[in-house]
Amino acid sequence: MFAFIVSRLLQALPVMFTVSLISFAMFAYVGDPVVIMLGQDFTEAQRQQLIRDLGLDQPFFMQFATFLGNAVQGEFGLSYRLSRPVAELIAERAPATLELAFTAAFIALAVGVPMGVYTGLYRYSWLSRVFLTFSLIGVSLPTFLIGILLILTFSVWLGWLPSFGRGEVTRIGWWTTGFLTWSGIKALVLPAITLGLFQLTLIMRLVRSEMLEVLRTDYIKFARARGLSNRAVHFGHALKNTLVPVITIAGLQLGGIIAFAIVTETVFQWPGMGLLFIQSVGAADIPVMAAYLMLIALVFVTINLVVDLLYYAVDPRLRIGRGRGH
Amino acid sequence: MSLLQVRNLRVEFPTRRGTLVALDDVSFDIAPGEVLGVVGESGAGKSMTGAAIIGLLEPPGRIAGGEILLEGRRIDNLPYERMRRIRGREIGAIFQDPLTTLNPLYTVGRQLVETMLTHLPIGPAEARERAIGWLEMVGIPAARERIDSYPHEFSGGMRQRVVIALALCAEPKLIVADEPTTALDVSIQAQVIALLKRLAREKGTAMMLVTHDMGVIAETADRVAVMYAGRIAEIGPVREVVKRANHPYSQGLMASIPPLDRRVERLAQIEGAMPRLSAIPKGCAYNPRCPRVFDRCRRERPDLMPAGATLAACWLYAPASGEGHAP
Repeated sequence: MFAFIVSRLLQALPVMFTVSLISFAMFAYVGDPVVIMLGQDFTEAQRQQLIRDLGLDQPFFMQFATFLGNAVQGEFGLSYRLSRPVAELIAERAPATLELAFTAAFIALAVGVPMGVYTGLYRYSWLSRVFLTFSLIGVSLPTFLIGILLILTFSVWLGWLPSFGRGEVTRIGWWTTGFLTWSGIKALVLPAITLGLFQLTLIMRLVRSEMLEVLRTDYIKFARARGLSNRAVHFGHALKNTLVPVITIAGLQLGGIIAFAIVTETVFQWPGMGLLFIQSVGAADIPVMAAYLMLIALVFVTINLVVDLLYYAVDPRLRIGRGRGH
Repeated sequence: MSLLQVRNLRVEFPTRRGTLVALDDVSFDIAPGEVLGVVGESGAGKSMTGAAIIGLLEPPGRIAGGEILLEGRRIDNLPYERMRRIRGREIGAIFQDPLTTLNPLYTVGRQLVETMLTHLPIGPAEARERAIGWLEMVGIPAARERIDSYPHEFSGGMRQRVVIALALCAEPKLIVADEPTTALDVSIQAQVIALLKRLAREKGTAMMLVTHDMGVIAETADRVAVMYAGRIAEIGPVREVVKRANHPYSQGLMASIPPLDRRVERLAQIEGAMPRLSAIPKGCAYNPRCPRVFDRCRRERPDLMPAGATLAACWLYAPASGEGHAP
C-alpha cells in the first residue's frame, strides 16, 4: 500500500515538472513583463535595473531552476497587476472556489447517483423519461446560459437568492467560509447548481448505463435467485459494482469543476480563483497565470491519487500481492 | 404428494414479429428428494423451464399458461415479494458459470451470511459459524481461514463449490441446477457432481438438474426428461431412457454418446438442426429430422403417451391407431 502511494507520487513528478516548464515558458513568450511593469514612461537605466531585479539577464536554465525552486516553496513572485505576492492572492481566493466546487460536486453526486439508479432500475417509467429529458438539457445547455437563466428566475423575477458575490463570510484562521451565515449559504445556491448541473447529468447518465450493464450480470441474477431483497440486490450488489467507473469520472470531474469554475465565477462575480485567473489573463498577469496552472495540475495529480486509492477500497481484485488465493 | 408439479407450462416471448412460444405444454413432477435430469440440445427450453420455476424469466419472457405448484401451492402467479421469499429458502438455484455468479466485491463469507440472514431466524454470529460449516461441507479446505477470501481468490471448481453452498445454505427443498458443471474442467466436473449428489441425498433435497451431459444424467438422476423445441419429448426413469429410449429423438441422442468399449468409425449424429422458435414445423416438431416419420407426424402434434416404461410424445405409440405400427 505504502509502496503503491510512493510509486504514484514518483509518477506525478514528471507531470508536475512538465507543467512547470510550460508555466515558466509563459514568462518568456507571453508578452514582455518589463514593458508591462514599467508602463509608458521609463529610462533605459530603469529598464536594465528591472531586468536584473527580475533575473531576466540569467540564462534560460538558471531562470527555470530559480522558478522551480521558488515554486516548490509556493513562491510565485509578485502579481504584475496587483503588486502583491501571488501565493497570498491565491490563498485568499482558494476557499471561495473550493467551497463552491465541493458543494457543486456534492450536489452532483447526491442527486446524480440516485437519479441514475432510479432510471437504471425503472427504465420505462415516466419519471425516468422526465429525468433523461432533463439530463439532455443539462448536458447540452452551456454553463453561462444556465447561470444567467437561474439569475433571471431566482434573483430578478422571484428575488429569492442573490445574483452575485459570496454573501457574508466568516473567517476561520486563513480560511473564509460562507457556510456559517445564512446569506453565505443563499449566495452559494445558484453558482453551485450552475457549476454542478452538467456533472450531475453526466453522473446520472453514467450510473444509469452502468446499472443497466450490471443488472444483466449473472451475479445479480444469482443474488435474486438467493432471494435477497430488492434493496440488497440493487444497492448492495448492483450499485457497488458500478462504483469504479463512477469514481473515476467523478474524480476527474471534480478536478474539472475546480479548474474550470471560471465561467460560473465570472457569471456570478464569485470571488474565487477562476475570477482571479480570468482577470489576470485580461491584464497579462503572468505570475498569477503560471501559479494557477501549476496549482490546477497539482489538484489533478492529487485527485488521481485519491481515485486510485478509492479503487483499492472498492474493488478487492485490485489489491494484488496480499499473498492469498491461487 | 409431489414436491413440485409443473402443469402445461407455456412460456411466451412477445417480439416485434409476433409471439415466440419458448415452452409449450410442459408438464412434469418432482418428488421430494428426487433428482430429475433435463436434457436436450441448446435452445430446447431446459434453462427456460428452470428460470420459470424460480420465477426469474428474463423479460419480456412470461408465463402465458399452465401452473407451477410447490407442495400444492401455486407459485407461478405470486407477487414478486412473496416469490422472493421462496427463492433461496424453498427453491435454491445453481448457475452455469461459477466465475460470474459470485459478486466479485464481497467475500464468500459475506455472501453466505447475507443469504442466511435473509431467510433464517438466526443472528450474524450464528450465520458466520454456519457459513464456515457449509464451506467445510462443500469441501473447501481451511474453511475458517478462507471464509474472508474474495471469489477471485478461488479456482473455478472451488467457486462452484461456494455457489453450491450458497444455494443450499437456507436449506431449500428443491434445487434448480442449470448446467452446474458445463463451465468446469472435465477433471473437476465429476467431483462437483459427486458433491452435489451427496449433499442432495444427505439433506433430502430434490433437484432439477439441467445439462446436456448424458454422463452426468446417467450418474446422478433418478428420472430424466428429454426436451426438444420447447416441449418434453420423453420422460421416464433414467435407466429406461438411457438404455431403451422410445422417442426417436431420445434414441438419436443416446446413440450419439460415443461408446468407450469399442472403436467407432464415425460418431453417430442426428441429421439437421433443431428448428428456431419462429419456425417450428407443423405436427411433431421433430418430424423433419425423424428417421421414422410418417404421415400423422406432419399433421398432428403428439402429446406424451405411455411407451414402454416411459412417456413419449410420439405417434409411434398411439393406442389403437390405424397408421401407427409398433417399434
